[in-house]
Amino acid sequence: MNVMDTRATSAMLYLDGVHVSFDGFHAINNLSLTLAPGEMRAIIGPNGAGKTTMMDIITGKTKPDEGTVLFDGTVDLTRLDETRIAELGIGRKFQKPTVFESQTVQDNLLLALNVDHSVRGTLFWRGSKAESERIDKVLETIRLTDARNRLAGSLSHGQKQWLEIGMLLAQDPKVLLVDEPVAGMTDVETHLTAELLKEINKNHTIMVVEHDMTFVRELGVKVTCLHEGSVLAEGSIDQVSSNERVVEVYLGR
Amino acid sequence: MTPHILTRSLDRAATAFVLLVAAVGVLIPLSNLLLPQGSMFQVPTYLVALWGKYVCYAILALSIDLIWGYCGILSLGHGAFFALGGYAMGMYLMRQIGSRGVYGNPILPDFMVFLNWDKLPWYWYGFDKFAFAALMVLLVPGLLAFCFGWLAFRSRVTGVYLSIITQAMTYALLLAFFRNDFGFGGNNGLTDFKDILGFNVQAEGTRAALFLLSCLALIVAFLICRAIVTSKLGKVLIAVRDAESRTRFLGYRVESYKLFVFTLSACMAGVAGALYVPQVGIINPSEFAPGNSIEAVIWVAVGGRGTLVGAALGAVVVNYAKTFFTSGPLAPYWLFMLGALFILVTLLLPKGIVGTFNSWWETSKAKNGSPDAESAAREDGVGAPNPAE
Repeated sequence: MNVMDTRATSAMLYLDGVHVSFDGFHAINNLSLTLAPGEMRAIIGPNGAGKTTMMDIITGKTKPDEGTVLFDGTVDLTRLDETRIAELGIGRKFQKPTVFESQTVQDNLLLALNVDHSVRGTLFWRGSKAESERIDKVLETIRLTDARNRLAGSLSHGQKQWLEIGMLLAQDPKVLLVDEPVAGMTDVETHLTAELLKEINKNHTIMVVEHDMTFVRELGVKVTCLHEGSVLAEGSIDQVSSNERVVEVYLGR
Repeated sequence: MTPHILTRSLDRAATAFVLLVAAVGVLIPLSNLLLPQGSMFQVPTYLVALWGKYVCYAILALSIDLIWGYCGILSLGHGAFFALGGYAMGMYLMRQIGSRGVYGNPILPDFMVFLNWDKLPWYWYGFDKFAFAALMVLLVPGLLAFCFGWLAFRSRVTGVYLSIITQAMTYALLLAFFRNDFGFGGNNGLTDFKDILGFNVQAEGTRAALFLLSCLALIVAFLICRAIVTSKLGKVLIAVRDAESRTRFLGYRVESYKLFVFTLSACMAGVAGALYVPQVGIINPSEFAPGNSIEAVIWVAVGGRGTLVGAALGAVVVNYAKTFFTSGPLAPYWLFMLGALFILVTLLLPKGIVGTFNSWWETSKAKNGSPDAESAAREDGVGAPNPAE
């Protein structure tokens, strides 16, 4: 028991016994999961397994009916709203790429920077060298330097996904929640995205939700399989994919 | 406001707009006052007052464009803030009448004497001072907007629902101001004004000065809006307009941003109303009519949402058309024309006059391979909101 307690406080993200139901449908059912600092975790699971709902809970969009959600061992996320949670250092990339389409790539990153987000701060904001250097660096990482002045809405689907990852980088959160980063990407792009996430993982804790098994395999990290709102299996990709129940769930019973 | 903000806000189009308004603001009064009557270039006094009204409408349109065009808040009750500013000014003008009223009461306005009131209600205190009235012009609409916005934005009331409750707000005020015992002149409102700051409101010189002041107010309002939309705050507003929850997940307190622009916009609308009242000589509850607020939104849509200049232009163009058509045989059909105009603009010019011109200009520049075409697209790229929102 004692061992559990210390693990709970040292975890970056700690979910225990979380329940959420929408009109009687149990989207999340006694879900427990811990993410260690610096870890990258892949979350897989069939449609409706509760992957996105779990991210909604962590980012404050959905309040759980029951259970504990701790960030950094101390902060109770269930009591905070989205803005506060984002300020604490939890960034999120959505399933459907949501970038600010009518603004330039550069401005999208500028908006994402983790600087003063108050009304007054932004009204009297003046660009600094440090900020533009950070933006340049992110642009380079996500290979969009040449597109910096293009409107985000004019980017290709893959580029938008990357821009959104770039926005996460600019936000520089402690934990990145990445929902289906390679959906709709070509094989080359998928490969590059895996490389990018591994690079980011060097100094960030990451949780990736993804269906693409090649991609998950390429990440080479611990995998958690969700099913009907709770953890079905956990381990390396080989362990999980050879788990009978996982196979059953994926192929249909 | 630092020069840095000024240089950033004034691109070529904005400078042209400011110069145009300044020129109109100076030339029209000059021609009215200095040229002999009947001269071809003399602007008759009634036209000065009429155009003064358009300029006030342009300020109202700007205030709507700031929240709708840039932040996606579709207020269908902005006429209420305009009317409240107007009433604050009207109260000052009423108290200036003094004993020159029909009943000759030095303190009580005529309608109160008529209702057999024996003393001034407390909320009329202070309105004999211009400075106090001017403060109320900003404060009353501002406070109402702040309280309304605080409740609405915190509860995340957005889109159509917000539009509906703004309509309800202006309608509720309409009903309240209609009542005689509400203390604002009931159905008749406030009228028969004599003078403002000691000058006769009917005099040509006063009208000319009011016109010039309205133009100045339009310029100031425009510069404030430009300073906001070209700042990083402006980018956040557009982000809220286009993807509100995404903005929240980046760590922005969306409701604070909305509250800030909504309150500022209400203050601007109040100033517009305050300048409007001495020029038209009356303020009555019909200014709260929901239709007025909707009409103001149409001006913005016609001129081009999210362009500022377009909002001002739309207000002038639509109101000019309104004056033109409602004074001829087509008068009974004006509302149909307005409706048709709105439908046509939505279908054929979804970006409005200025928005359409901007995109045409950019494409033609891009075709000519101008090197700064892309940067121009970046500067103006913010001006293309989805009209369906």
